[in-house]
Amino acid sequence: MPAPIVRELIESTLDALRALGAYALFAVRLAAETPRALLRFGLVVEQVHNAGALSLVIIMLSGLFVGMVLGLQGFDLLQRFGSEESLGTAAALGLLKELGPVITALLFAGRAGTALASELGLMRATDQLAAMEMMAVDPVRRVVMPRFLGGVIAMPLLAAIFSMIGIYGAQLVGVQLMGVDAGQFWSQMRDVVEFDDVIEGALKSVVFGVACSLVAVYEGYHSVPTAEGVGRATTRTVVISSVSVLLLDYMLTAVMI
Amino acid sequence: MRQTRAIELGTGLFVLLGFAALFFLVTQITNREFGLGGDGYRLTATFEQVGGLKPGAPVSMSGVTIGRVESIEYDFNEYRARVTLRINPSYDRIPDDSDAGILTAGLLGGQYLGIGPGSSETFLADGDQIQFTQSAIVLENLISKFLFSRAGEQQPAEGSAEEDTQ
Repeated sequence: MPAPIVRELIESTLDALRALGAYALFAVRLAAETPRALLRFGLVVEQVHNAGALSLVIIMLSGLFVGMVLGLQGFDLLQRFGSEESLGTAAALGLLKELGPVITALLFAGRAGTALASELGLMRATDQLAAMEMMAVDPVRRVVMPRFLGGVIAMPLLAAIFSMIGIYGAQLVGVQLMGVDAGQFWSQMRDVVEFDDVIEGALKSVVFGVACSLVAVYEGYHSVPTAEGVGRATTRTVVISSVSVLLLDYMLTAVMI
Repeated sequence: MRQTRAIELGTGLFVLLGFAALFFLVTQITNREFGLGGDGYRLTATFEQVGGLKPGAPVSMSGVTIGRVESIEYDFNEYRARVTLRINPSYDRIPDDSDAGILTAGLLGGQYLGIGPGSSETFLADGDQIQFTQSAIVLENLISKFLFSRAGEQQPAEGSAEEDTQ
């Protein structure tokens, strides 16, 4: 009786392993193509525009509100210890090291990742990728690479913008609304926050950029060429990117802290 | 053609904004000072105990920041901690009999290095060592000293009280 269950279990384990291997091989292929793709920079610029400039509004709006909430919650928490002046430090460290890179990556997966996956999936479904192969144009080189690099370039910049706006949001609530002294807010922040903290956040967002773009591009490129398949690829992009971002975040934090 | 130009313009603005944000984070949020790395002159001082002093902590005279702590090492020749300071070149008239002490800003604040000027006519130059130093105060030592001195005071007092009753 247990034989079919065991076989299913083995099969699904092998499937997961196979998917991991396919991801790794695809990543190696993209890495090998990177220098050549950077030479055709016009295509990359177009994708930086798609992934980055068009995500700007949602990133800035989210950054502002996350910063404002952080100001409110941080003030309430720190007030209980009588150290409201540390609000600037708490908000800046929280945004730079965690919230900035992670929330940007999650929003990026939802906004730009789905767009990439569905675009590539539709290209697959409407045989545009096959047509390129017929014309001896490598679709990975012409279509996939610029989108991947565009995402990788856009992510750290988006995260930096998110953190900056967030710090101003925290300042807006903490200083203007709650009455924390502006001088203490900024000077404590400057005293405590180190250059390494900024670098840590930037490094995280680069890693998240690679992960999110890789997932979106892989899922879109390998989607089943049907309407349902494209929809499923889009869903998988969001789920896999979000989970892997949170997983990578834990691992990176454990390594760098 | 017009459309690609608009795209390039938008992308350019986005990249500019991104780098501006990164620059803002590095210069405005941290205490990193650029252009100061190369200049300034170095002084050293040895301490019995540096406490919580860290590289990058301010060096101040009368509360004015005149430089930063560059490095802290343990010197096995003297069996003391050796602190290297980098002083801003505009503050080049520190008397050579000045003293350095490790002080704390506020009750729970970070530690910094304070220099009190001496009265000598010769000034410290690059590579010189500050002779007179005062170590950081370690709170635990202070408390244990206080407790032991209290205990020492109380014992004879109790003894005399017993003698009185007898």
